[in-house]
Amino acid sequence: METRHKILILDDDADWLGLCRELLADLPSRPEILTANTAKRALALLETEKIRLLISDLKMPRIDGLQMIAIVRRRFPATRTVVLSGLEDEDYRSRAYALGVDLFWLKVEMQRNVKLFYECLESLLGQSDREGDTGFRGIQSKSLMDIIQMECLSRSSTVLRITRGPLVAKLWIQDGELMDAECEGARGEAAFYRLLAWRAGTFENLPAEPDRERTIQKPVNALLLESAQSLDESAHPSLEPESVESNLHRKTMWKLSQLTREGAEFVIAVPLAGPGEPEALGTQNFSALAQWTQRAAEIARRLGDRLEAGPLLHVAGQNLERQVLMLARGDRAFLVGWPPDATENLPEKSRKLIASWDS
Amino acid sequence: MGFLAKFFGDRAAVQQLPAGTITVDRQGHIITSTVSSAFPKNLLREIARDVLELFREGRVAQLPLAEVALHFGSLRITARELRGGAIIFLFPQTALSPTPTPARP
Repeated sequence: METRHKILILDDDADWLGLCRELLADLPSRPEILTANTAKRALALLETEKIRLLISDLKMPRIDGLQMIAIVRRRFPATRTVVLSGLEDEDYRSRAYALGVDLFWLKVEMQRNVKLFYECLESLLGQSDREGDTGFRGIQSKSLMDIIQMECLSRSSTVLRITRGPLVAKLWIQDGELMDAECEGARGEAAFYRLLAWRAGTFENLPAEPDRERTIQKPVNALLLESAQSLDESAHPSLEPESVESNLHRKTMWKLSQLTREGAEFVIAVPLAGPGEPEALGTQNFSALAQWTQRAAEIARRLGDRLEAGPLLHVAGQNLERQVLMLARGDRAFLVGWPPDATENLPEKSRKLIASWDS
Repeated sequence: MGFLAKFFGDRAAVQQLPAGTITVDRQGHIITSTVSSAFPKNLLREIARDVLELFREGRVAQLPLAEVALHFGSLRITARELRGGAIIFLFPQTALSPTPTPARP
């Protein structure tokens, strides 16, 4: 007799639970849907029922989603875990993946793309069938090279989505062959090399896209070897003046191209404390603007502390000629200038620009 | 109530985030306010002073700003310049609060 898998949905919002129950009842494998509005109730169900998949919200009273996932991963390792959250924050995504969740979805994305969400859930339920209780889960502290090699050696077909802070890159792998790559606005081999320079991040496997156009013709091992050589050279740079100058020039050109691609007017980086000169691209008036950036960072930090208003996200300013956005990252503050008609999500775009600028 | 205060004083009090609107003149004096009177006046004056300083420093840097917004994890402060003074909007934020972009000046 065919067994019906059990899916447990945990969320403190009763309306959302009802909606999820209705949506998931339409899954092709017709799983049994259980719901819980508290972590305590969910744990009781996990003790008594054989739950194949837990779908949990993050923001909940008493025991939040991350705590819940940590408990489930330890006490019920055979249960697959999915986070379904309304919090659009890369930090939460990284923390959830670090805990070993199988999937992280945003609630809005799930509603927009129900079909893909179904496919992911079916794949998780199906995998459990094929593998039973065997196999290893959770890859941590592996380099990107290791992960790509593993995918290619096992002749996988998948899309690897790699996230580093606000930056997102994708690798298309079909039958163990690297087909295409996208990273920081670049595509193909250039994107692949750029991606391999990332030192940390999180990754997830998305369903394969067999129709993806092939832009990478070289074998993956050749690409990995070339990339390893170039990373080695950049780690031990030649000290000849010409070579140093050429590296600096290449770096500046790269930053300028990033600036143009995103549509920003200028970027200024200012050290928040200690020695160091401001660095600027795209503006002549950078010493006065650097001073304003430093001052704005100081004022915002002081005000945030006095009001206990939480961490500073950014300071935005605008007039009829331009918009500016000040963000602090590490020990530096950045001021990004945008044209007055730029309306897209400027904080997110600025964060991406700064992250790739700093890489 | 008074009994507990004798033991613990008011050190452990959680500060409420300000919500409302204030207008300030160019000297930083508060002209009007819709912020709860329970919120400390000196903190409101500090907000006003800091916001005016941001506008003033902007003018010095040849970046005269018509609007400034400070986004913190749990509070957004949006200020529009008004002939040297400012109108300042204070919005406490929750994780699920929308963050509307105010209309252009």
